[in-house]
Amino acid sequence: MDGAATQAAQALPAPTLRLARPRRHAWRGGLQGSEYAWAVAFVIPYCGVFLAFVAYPVVYGLWLGHAPSLYAELFSDPIYQRTAVNTLLYVGIGVNLKLFLALLMSGFFMRRGWWVKGLLLIFVLPWAVPSLPTFISIHWMLNGQWGLLNNFLWDVFGIDGPGWIETSRWLALGSVIVSHIWKWLPFWTVILLAGRMAIPQELYDAADVDGATKLQRFTHVTFPLLANLYFVCTLLSTIFTLGDFNTVFFVSGGGPALSTHVLATLGIRNAFEVARPELGVAVVMSALPLMIPLIIILMRKLRTMEVQL
Amino acid sequence: MSAELANIRWDRRQPHYRLRRNLREAAALAFGIVVVIWTLIPIYNMVAVALESRGDVFTNDIWPARPSFDSFWIVVTQGYWYLEYFWHQFGNSLYVGVITVFLTLLIGSLVSFSIGRMRLRHGWIVSNAALLTYVIPSSFLAIPFYRIMQKYGLANDLWSVIAAEVTFATPYAIFIFQQYGVSIPIELDEAARIDGASPVQVYLHIYLPLMAPALVAVGTYALLLAWNEYLYQFLLLSSKKNMTVPVALAQFLNSDEAPWNYMMATAIVYALPPVAIYYTFRRRMTAGLTMGGVKG
Repeated sequence: MDGAATQAAQALPAPTLRLARPRRHAWRGGLQGSEYAWAVAFVIPYCGVFLAFVAYPVVYGLWLGHAPSLYAELFSDPIYQRTAVNTLLYVGIGVNLKLFLALLMSGFFMRRGWWVKGLLLIFVLPWAVPSLPTFISIHWMLNGQWGLLNNFLWDVFGIDGPGWIETSRWLALGSVIVSHIWKWLPFWTVILLAGRMAIPQELYDAADVDGATKLQRFTHVTFPLLANLYFVCTLLSTIFTLGDFNTVFFVSGGGPALSTHVLATLGIRNAFEVARPELGVAVVMSALPLMIPLIIILMRKLRTMEVQL
Repeated sequence: MSAELANIRWDRRQPHYRLRRNLREAAALAFGIVVVIWTLIPIYNMVAVALESRGDVFTNDIWPARPSFDSFWIVVTQGYWYLEYFWHQFGNSLYVGVITVFLTLLIGSLVSFSIGRMRLRHGWIVSNAALLTYVIPSSFLAIPFYRIMQKYGLANDLWSVIAAEVTFATPYAIFIFQQYGVSIPIELDEAARIDGASPVQVYLHIYLPLMAPALVAVGTYALLLAWNEYLYQFLLLSSKKNMTVPVALAQFLNSDEAPWNYMMATAIVYALPPVAIYYTFRRRMTAGLTMGGVKG
């Protein structure tokens, strides 16, 4: 997106396919006189917000978490070790399972028919409802003694269900992952559905003429065209999920016995409940080796994305 | 359409094609029912618990034995000590949301006008800073952000929350505005310039009206972000009078014998406005492909 490259591109004759887009986005002759001052003035409010509320906290955070002794303390802490494993499982399983299901669901919603459209309206409800009420509801639903799930298991099958979030680390972590999928599956399904709808029907017609089976239509037409979007979705979802605080905090609360914390919740716990902000920052900083490559790839990808409204 | 015709013709050659098609439709319908149940269970649980009468929460029913709207009445009349400032807190949430929307749209549109239309030199640095902010999880910045708000003297102040929400909503705004602005012909700006319009006039009379769809999309995003966000509001607001609804809602969890029916009724009242807004502006919510996700 730098000026020289754009100008070089503008000098070339535009191919017919690109005629829909304007060839030139800059004001002719550059900015003149007071226009330059206005252009600078328009950027100042955001620069102020960025410096005061992003740059300063980042630098301050780096300063808080700079001591190497913090990391020695952190890495020898069994709670932190468990948290790191939980984070990898939560992000690795949660994101990939969710996006794979979203890919399948988006295929289902390509079906024609009035009831499929109605179903989509219901299906997006978890995305529309704020996360806090639903996660609190799930937390209560999974209560071993009074929760809806065990009541149902007892009334219908006569099974005495376990305490989903009170007894076992793996049950609780599983519950958190399922809750995460419940909440975010609709969003990614809608994104991938938009991606599928953008694939020209002619390609499928051509595939049909060539006698492609349904599976071949998917592997040779849909997936190659969706792969880039799917990859960007995976990266974006990985970063969002790494920073996800609400799901763990409200569904399992990090319990039982601090065994299901993830980095985002353990950082806040260390900073505010244990009252050691520098240790909290250290927890967050330990995610950087994973995050920085993701952010670099993602920023390259996002700059080339197009927006449709 | 032609694909459908081709499919039907292809199907006709198969024996029992009508039966097969009906079986497929039945299987899809059965799958649809499973999807509806999966989607609605936590929401059903919310409603069922809210409808429980006092004292019936700790029973093994899967539907309230004596359903009543008492808990909603308690919420609306602020008749429980956790709820004594409910409408005040509701107002706080609304205040934070409206100001966040206004500031996000103002700051975001000014930046993208300057960078995208006027092509300010080195503007790409600002765009990249915004994009970087978008891909940093907000929860990772919460600890230093909290400390800095104390230094600024904004502890327990709604403006500290507004600052946080604007900080995390503007990068999305800038991204969407810049991408959407590409579709507006630059010749319009130039015609106005030749007629002697100043940059402010071009911004107000050409840019903003043509950006209306993007403004609606981003405004909805910012409003829902500010209304739904929890972590920053929880950390930054401490007194009951300054709390927003999500913070007040989570307060219930502090007591040992939480009145779950009141809590779920509060949760439903809190969730209704964003759900209504979501379904009103649903078509705009997928704006920018993957960029539309409400974080957190």
